[in-house]
Amino acid sequence: MGATLNTLWRYTPLLICLAIWEILATAGPVSNQLLPDVASVGKALWSLILDGELLRQAGHSLYRAATGFLLAVVIGTTAGLLMATFRGVRLVVNPIVQMFYPMPKSALIPVMMIWFGLGDMSKIVLIFIGCLLPVVISAYNGARGVNPFLIWSARSLGASRTSTLVQVTLPAAMPEILNGIRTALAFAFILMVSSEFVIAKDGFGYLISQLGDGGAYEAMFAVILVVAAAGFTADRLYGAFVRHQLRWREP
Amino acid sequence: MNAARPQPARTDTAPGDVGIEIRDVSHQYGGRGGQGGVTALDHITLHIRANEFHALLGPSGCGKSTLLYLIGGFVPVQSGVIETRRGVVTGPSPDRGIVFQNFALFPWKTVLQNVLYGLEKLGLPKKDREDRARHFIDLVHLSGFENAYPSQLSGGMQQRAAIARTLAVDPEILLMDEPFGALDAQTRRVMQEELRAIFERTRKTVVFVTHDVQEAVFLADRISIMSARPGRIQHILDVDMDRSRGDEITKRPEFVDLGEHIWGLVRDQAIAATRGAH
Repeated sequence: MGATLNTLWRYTPLLICLAIWEILATAGPVSNQLLPDVASVGKALWSLILDGELLRQAGHSLYRAATGFLLAVVIGTTAGLLMATFRGVRLVVNPIVQMFYPMPKSALIPVMMIWFGLGDMSKIVLIFIGCLLPVVISAYNGARGVNPFLIWSARSLGASRTSTLVQVTLPAAMPEILNGIRTALAFAFILMVSSEFVIAKDGFGYLISQLGDGGAYEAMFAVILVVAAAGFTADRLYGAFVRHQLRWREP
Repeated sequence: MNAARPQPARTDTAPGDVGIEIRDVSHQYGGRGGQGGVTALDHITLHIRANEFHALLGPSGCGKSTLLYLIGGFVPVQSGVIETRRGVVTGPSPDRGIVFQNFALFPWKTVLQNVLYGLEKLGLPKKDREDRARHFIDLVHLSGFENAYPSQLSGGMQQRAAIARTLAVDPEILLMDEPFGALDAQTRRVMQEELRAIFERTRKTVVFVTHDVQEAVFLADRISIMSARPGRIQHILDVDMDRSRGDEITKRPEFVDLGEHIWGLVRDQAIAATRGAH
């Protein structure tokens, strides 16, 4: 009971935003064309759900985001650990990482289109590249910061270098890696939608731009809200996953 | 009974088996090719007997921990040789277990999982592993805390778990790097008594690094006193005391005298260390 009340409290600011939106749209100076009222957006959302359009586009988008994101998590973590462990890897990879990190990955969208066409691959590669660097950097920093006594302990208990890397360095770096992955998760959503604006025949981004071009603003707003909700849900689920993974930190 | 028999360093001839033989070991930090670095250890030669409790006593920064890490194989030997009964030390090995000052338990593993880690590496059957882990957890009086994470335990309990983890793989040599340095005075005292009792039962070769004179006298059979940087072995003392009555010995005059005597030897080095700390 108290928990429910607490949750309600936490989302009060969102409810206030919704109220302000409704006031602006119905009574305010903003025309209903530019900002449809809450009820008509809700109606548009319902019909998008009913005809299955939303679910189909969501499937395309989430498949791309998930594939690029998961590839980035696996490869990025491995690369970061190897960079921290082997000087040679670090010398080769570090300059590349530093050069690419500040670059806006959406600048690569046209290149992806030329290389990989309009299908899933161009989006998956873009999302992969965008998600990769935050994971690499967090895994690298996490692994470099591991208490050397933990590694020495493992070695003196009979662990080989390889198993020490997997069984000690990786879990010890996990708090930082999980932070980096959270950043990557946000990037995945951003790049998913922005790439679909430019190069796609389906997906959330495509749907938003199609509806906008066609003047169906109610439906467009509905899809934007759905994307926001999906990102929010993914982040909450991820947060719960992290808390479970790091339960050993809580006293 | 004469409690202290100071012997000149380097000419020490060890009766009985040699547990660890350190021959002419020097070590430098920083610098390249032996030039321009800080000399941490300067031509150390020391014979640690098999099955003795040997304390390395010296002021902070004297290189005693470095010497321990060299014996452990964690830091490569730059010059000289360190040899055990298993041969020349070239890297870490489960026959040389270590306990660190800050416990170094795997924080994402429970007490039981920490102790099991080394047993898995030994390749014991699953059933035996569990039994053995529980036996050593019981030995350090942590029964009931098998499923606790290190963050849920006090410092003393964490160190008990770390000792159990190290003892469980049954190393021939036990290296201890100021293991009780981070504990409060009362806990430290209890842990010292228990460690000595465990030693009496298991009789491993123990190398125990400390800067605490009382601790060294209470625990060790022999004490090597190291000088401030660059670290050298200055004196080696035997501690001949009847330990059958446990902590009673700290009240005996010969215990007090030996402590005073060692403090006299260490004092100048401690002062030198505080003045030449950089």
